[in-house]
Amino acid sequence: MWRDALLVAGKDLRIELRSRVVLNQVAPFAIVVLALFAFALGPDRAPMVQAAAGLFWVAVLFAVVLAVQRSFALEANDGTRDGLRLSGLDPAGIFLGKAAAIAVQLVVLEVLLAAGVVLFYGAHVRSYGAVLVACAAGTAGLAAVGTLYGALAAGVRVRETLLPFLLLPVVAPVLLAGTRAWQVALGTGPGGDTADPWLRLMLVFAAVYLALGVIIFGPLQEAS
Amino acid sequence: MASAVFLRAAVALTGRFPVLAGIDLTVAPGEIVVLEGPNGAGKTSVLRACAGLLPVTSGEAVVLGHDLRRNAAAVRRQVGMLGHAAALYDELNVVENVRFAVRAAGAGVDGIDAALDRLGLVGRLRRTTVGRLSAGQRRRVALAVLVARRPGLWLLDEPHAALDAAARTLLGDLVKEAVAGGATVVLASHEPEASLPLADRAVALAGGRVVHERSLTRRRAGAIGDIHVA
Repeated sequence: MWRDALLVAGKDLRIELRSRVVLNQVAPFAIVVLALFAFALGPDRAPMVQAAAGLFWVAVLFAVVLAVQRSFALEANDGTRDGLRLSGLDPAGIFLGKAAAIAVQLVVLEVLLAAGVVLFYGAHVRSYGAVLVACAAGTAGLAAVGTLYGALAAGVRVRETLLPFLLLPVVAPVLLAGTRAWQVALGTGPGGDTADPWLRLMLVFAAVYLALGVIIFGPLQEAS
Repeated sequence: MASAVFLRAAVALTGRFPVLAGIDLTVAPGEIVVLEGPNGAGKTSVLRACAGLLPVTSGEAVVLGHDLRRNAAAVRRQVGMLGHAAALYDELNVVENVRFAVRAAGAGVDGIDAALDRLGLVGRLRRTTVGRLSAGQRRRVALAVLVARRPGLWLLDEPHAALDAAARTLLGDLVKEAVAGGATVVLASHEPEASLPLADRAVALAGGRVVHERSLTRRRAGAIGDIHVA
C-alpha cells in the first residue's frame, strides 16, 4: 500500500511540476479571491482583520475543489483511469497517493494564502502553533475528503459541476473549525481562549476521512 | 491444461444493456485468437471482461485461473491490455510513462530499455512528453509497456490502428514472441488482412455471443476448419 501510494503521489506531483496548473492557475485564483474579498469589505482595516480567518479558509476550500478536479482530470484522459485499475495497484495506495499529492499542493497554496492574509488584511499571528496545526489537520482532512469525492464524481459526465456541489457541504466542519482555530491564533473574533477543541475536531475529521478513504476507495473506483 | 480464458454463458451489462449475452469462449494457453464482428458485436466487451474491467454478472468467467465473478481485480496484474486509448499521461515523457506503468504492475524495470529499443523509441524521443507524440508513436509507447511488463495474457483492441507498415510488422513479431514466451493473445480487429495471419483461430461475434469459429492453424498449412455455432 505505501509503495503504491508513493508511486501514485510521485506521478501526480511530477505531472504538476511539468504542467504547473496549480501554481500558475489555482494559486492566482485563490489570491484573487482574497483580494476581491478585501475590496468587498471596504477600505477599513478592522472588518478585514475580523474576517481574515474565515476568508483564508473559504479561499482554501475553493482551491481544494480546483486541485481535486485537476487530480482526477489526469485520470480522465486517454484511458488512464482504466490503466490505473488494470495496473493492479492497491486502491488504498492510490487513495493515499492522490491525497498526498493534493495535500502537498494545498500546503503551497496555504503558504501563499497566509502571506496574502497578512498582506491584504493586515492580520498578525499570535500563536504560530495553532496556525500550523490547523493547517496540517485541515490539509489532511481536505485532501482525504477531496480525493474520496473526486473518485465518486470521476465517472460522471457532469463531474466538473457535481464535485463542488458534493464536496463543499461536506467540508463545512473544516471551514468552521479552521476559522475558529485561526481566530484564536490571530486574536480576532469569537474563537474563545483556546484553539484546542477546534484543532481536535479537525484532527478527528482528517482521521475519519483518511480511514474511510482507505476502506472504500476501491469499491468507489470500481463503481464510478 | 486449464484454459487461459474460459467464459461459459457469461453475461455482462453496460447499464441495463447486455453487451455480453451468454457468451461461450475458451482460449487455450499459448493460443492466438482473433475476435471478428461488426461494431457493437461485443469484441471490446470480451477484452474488457477478460481484463477484469467489465463485471461479469452471470455465467462462468475464469481467466488465468482467476474467477472473475469472485474477484475480477485479481487477474489485472497478469493481463496487459492495449485499448483504443493508450492510457498514457500527456505530461510525462516516454520513459516516465513506461516506468510508471511497469512499476505499478509490480514488474521489474530491467526490461524497459530493451522494450523501448524494440519499439524504436530511442534517442530524444524517450525524453519527449507523450502529449507531443503522434498517434502512432503513442501506440508504440503503449506497446512498449506491454513488452516490458510481460503479461500472461495480451488483450489487444484494434492493435494495428494508427501503426505504419513497419510497426505492423513489428507488432506481428512481438505477438509471436509473446506466445513463444508462454503468453496467450486475444485480439479484436476489423483488419483481417493484418490480424488473421497471426492467429490460430478466428471467432466471430454478434450481439454479444459467438456465432462462428474457424481454425486458422491448419489454413497456414493448407487446410481450413470451420465450426458454426448455433
